Amino acid sequence: MNLFTILFASLFTSNIALSYFLGMCPFIALSRDIRTAWGMGCAVTFVMAVTAAINWPVYHFLLVPFHIEYMQYLSFILVIAVSVQIVEIIVERFFPVLYVNMGVFLPLITVNCAILGISLFMILRDYSFIEGVFYSIGGGVGWTMAIIAMAGLRSKLTFSNIPEPLKGPGITMIIAGIMSLAFMGFAGIAGL
Amino acid sequence: MNIKQTNGYKAIADGIWFKNPTFVMVLGICSTLAVTNRVANGIAMSLAVLFVTVFSSVTVSLIRKIIPHRIRMAVYTVIIATYVVIADRYLKAYWPDLSQQMGPYVALIITNCIIMGRAESYASNNNTWLSFLDALGVGFGYAFSLLVISVVREILGFGTLMGYHVMGQNWTPWLVMAMPPGAFIVLGTYIWILRSITKHPSGENL
Repeated sequence: MNLFTILFASLFTSNIALSYFLGMCPFIALSRDIRTAWGMGCAVTFVMAVTAAINWPVYHFLLVPFHIEYMQYLSFILVIAVSVQIVEIIVERFFPVLYVNMGVFLPLITVNCAILGISLFMILRDYSFIEGVFYSIGGGVGWTMAIIAMAGLRSKLTFSNIPEPLKGPGITMIIAGIMSLAFMGFAGIAGL
Repeated sequence: MNIKQTNGYKAIADGIWFKNPTFVMVLGICSTLAVTNRVANGIAMSLAVLFVTVFSSVTVSLIRKIIPHRIRMAVYTVIIATYVVIADRYLKAYWPDLSQQMGPYVALIITNCIIMGRAESYASNNNTWLSFLDALGVGFGYAFSLLVISVVREILGFGTLMGYHVMGQNWTPWLVMAMPPGAFIVLGTYIWILRSITKHPSGENL
């Protein structure tokens, strides 16, 4: 498949937050202001690309030759947990400014289902290495885009009169539904 | 002693209603939204999550005194992942169609924050019997929410219930209910209704 198609589709038509529901917990919990959303988005995109690039060779050169494909979940989650630790140490050592902005989100990322989800979808769809990397970058940027848009909308909501029980997660869900409906408008252009 | 005051009753009632993982705590939303377009998928997912939650909580509670504190999250993840692999292999072997439809969402139970949350906040400092009841309560609470969401989505989206036609010949399916936007809107509406009934303090703290 064309690399540009994969990138475009993972950004818009198959946005991992709005059409695959991946990474919903931080999407709801951290979308209250744009700065936080941006920090989380960068951390997710970075870790997603790194882990997809590691998980591809792990699956194709380690699990497939020994016919232990069913171990993929266990090995992927271990790769993710370890690389999040390593990324955290490297960022703290060499990029202290970035660490202050992004550091608090890094430990949360291990249990972010979007990271594991991208690796699983990459294997499921038989992507080549380059396609997998493009897919993971597109997925991360798409997720960042969705959470920043949501944070922007929610900052406007502070001025509106929402029924008390609908505040917080309730209205966020309904907004996400409408955003998802809007993203479906791209559906005819490119699909995965 | 009044049954309502026992710890066991509290663990189960909290899981199903007062601290319902989906509607009140708003955790583990990925799988809730992704598999609820048909009731059959919802039930299969609930059973898988129930199995993994119960067994991982019991395991964590049994070995809670020998897990080194600093690496406990990694240990929990490995325990959960092991049970997820068992559930996934079982589904693939006995219900290949369901397993096909749910795709990678069974595997994504590993990162479901409900299970990790129970292991970290309950099973790691309670005895095995209470952890078992607590996991059972949370598992049933999750199953309850998946059931009520998937019933609405399947009836409106396909006009069927468990595959049987229930809405008559002239029913026009609301296609949007079977697609991602329908999932968000139905869940949002349920959260609204449940919080109106329970007078739960607003979600601004979440």
